[in-house]
Amino acid sequence: MENRNFLGFLLVFPAEAILLIFLAYPFVLGLWLGFTDTVIGRKGEFIGFANYASLLQDSTFWLATYNTFLYTIVAVFFKALLGFMLAIVLNRDFKAKGLMRAIILLPWIIPTALSAIAFWWLYDSTFSAISWTLMKTSLMSHRIDFLGDPTNARLSLIVANVWRGIPFFTIGLLAGLQTIDPTLYEAAAIDGAGSWKRFRRITLPLILPLMAVITTFSTIWTFGDFQLVWVITKGGPANATHLFGTLSFQRAIPGGHFGEGAAISNFILPILVICVLATFKFLRRED
Amino acid sequence: MGKGITRRDFLKTTAVGIAGAGLASFPFESVAQKGVPDLPIKPEKGAAIRVLRWSVFVQGDKDLWDKNTKKWEETTGCKVMTEYISWEDVRPKAAMAASVGAGHDMVLGWHDDPHLYPDKLVDMTDLANYLGKKYGGWEAVCPKYAINPKTGRWIAIPMGGPVNCINYRESWVKEAGYEKPPGEVYEFIKMCKKLKANGHPPGFALGHAVGDGNNWTHQWLWTFGGKCVDKDGNVVINSPQTWAALEAVKELYDTLIPGTASWLDPHNNKAFLSGEISATTNGISIYFAAKKDFPEIAKDMNHVNMPIGPVKRPTELHLFNQAFIFKYSKFPNACKHYIKFMLEEEQAAPWINAMIGYVGPSLKAYKNLPIWTSDPKITPFRDCIANMLWNGYEGPEGVASAAAMAEYIVVDLIGDACVRGKSPKEAAQIAEQRLLRYYKKKTPKKG
Repeated sequence: MENRNFLGFLLVFPAEAILLIFLAYPFVLGLWLGFTDTVIGRKGEFIGFANYASLLQDSTFWLATYNTFLYTIVAVFFKALLGFMLAIVLNRDFKAKGLMRAIILLPWIIPTALSAIAFWWLYDSTFSAISWTLMKTSLMSHRIDFLGDPTNARLSLIVANVWRGIPFFTIGLLAGLQTIDPTLYEAAAIDGAGSWKRFRRITLPLILPLMAVITTFSTIWTFGDFQLVWVITKGGPANATHLFGTLSFQRAIPGGHFGEGAAISNFILPILVICVLATFKFLRRED
Repeated sequence: MGKGITRRDFLKTTAVGIAGAGLASFPFESVAQKGVPDLPIKPEKGAAIRVLRWSVFVQGDKDLWDKNTKKWEETTGCKVMTEYISWEDVRPKAAMAASVGAGHDMVLGWHDDPHLYPDKLVDMTDLANYLGKKYGGWEAVCPKYAINPKTGRWIAIPMGGPVNCINYRESWVKEAGYEKPPGEVYEFIKMCKKLKANGHPPGFALGHAVGDGNNWTHQWLWTFGGKCVDKDGNVVINSPQTWAALEAVKELYDTLIPGTASWLDPHNNKAFLSGEISATTNGISIYFAAKKDFPEIAKDMNHVNMPIGPVKRPTELHLFNQAFIFKYSKFPNACKHYIKFMLEEEQAAPWINAMIGYVGPSLKAYKNLPIWTSDPKITPFRDCIANMLWNGYEGPEGVASAAAMAEYIVVDLIGDACVRGKSPKEAAQIAEQRLLRYYKKKTPKKG
């Protein structure tokens, strides 16, 4: 106990052990499985890059790749844009500011599985409240086929994801906005800067590093999304909404091809690593 | 598959069902063959067996299953620990047990499960023969599902299946000029056209609906003579028969309510009960939900078996359930004895009665139970297992057939033709490519 290093090790050990067992081990196992031909109930053999090569020949995989990028890019863009706008509004002084900020957090707090079920009903081909309202108010003559048409289905899922993800941006950026020294704005105003100029020259540069970090996190989560899609469409119609996460699950668990499922998941890895590295590089430049 | 609202509805309706149809029919006449010598199985002393099974769709199933289990415990002095889990989770959990060689002693699993790890399962041939002899024989599909083709031995005991029929509204079908939905597929399409013209379109799930989507689309493909693979597992989906099936299904699709491409399993139940559709394919769950909450619809609805196409014989697909025992179990005999006990008439008859038509029997004699005729609206469900083919028809059961179904290849084939404007040949080609990923090693050589 005299040895500080030993004590340090002892104190850190439980946390390390939990990380190793529940995070590192499954992660490494997933990597390994991607290089084997393991199917359900049978041990696999090492087959090198065969899974990856075969996936590159698979049109469903390419469709899922396209879907994943589309889903991530569009959803993260709108989450960032709307989240930022909302943060700026909430940064002003108005009545019931605290209450509003609390309400903004709701979509983020509700478990995804629950909000997914709510959206599933909203998008129902027969019982959609949106369709019903539009028809009752004579704005439309027929129900909207939210999830039966590939484009509509993709759009609907992106909207649901944006709805859920906005609070993360809003609250994160709001915290950032509040750290900006108000004297900067005052000084700029005295020098004759208008509100657009103040935003452009003060708010934006100061918030950008934070924005980069939040966007990276959001990208990682959106890229690996699973629950929303699985509850609402199960990847349908005709795989038009399959993401890497859902396709990987479908192939590995109900489909029984563990190796291939793991390989699909592993495709996410390099992309996310690039994403994180890009953010770090950007932040270092900012310094 | 009637989950969600319908399962809850069952909970309440089955109590009435048992009291009415079930108990009223006891004591019933024995359906067993007389003079079949008993199969002696001696359970290991003090055995405690762990059973993994799907959580019930019908409360009567669980009530009677548990009651029979208790009876077995009292008779043998052994113990049973039953774990009920969601039906879609049985496969990965059973597979995990198979690969690590520990866990549940016995599983009630689905479709191709036993063929994913055939070498790890206890031989059931003696029990299958005994039950077959005593209860009128197994339905034709059973050996295909339960026999390991390599050894010719039974590796599972078929328990039956939660089966689907055409559910339809009598008054609207009559309005369209039919006494009941025609059994011939082109006539059936004609009826659907009339139903739609009258403002009462039918609806069949074309989204990634595990049960309701897979079942009717496979049936449709097969009834035109189309199939994914031949006997040896060669991919033969891109055939004139498949194209014909797709031409016909496009006609059918034009009559459906908009939005079916997004339907998952519970959609058709809701749409039928709200009066939005005149016909769909489903288990008996809609009928019992209607009996409870929508008596007008219950009075006006009925069931028929799926329509038949050019192959002129039934080609249905239903969820199919079987019991199997792992070799690593310390109590294989107790497990076997337990399955035998549960399928003997004294236990099986009240059990099947309590499910009021939800699970079609795999042993022919159980079609003679009074429950099947107690309400004529239940009767079509009795014959579904006899009418069915196996998943992966006409090829072997195994990892490839399981994967093809999990990938919704046939559902998407129909969807490509109907919803996404692909020509039948294009749709068949896409399906062919996808199937070749799983059946690839057996591609027929060209030329």
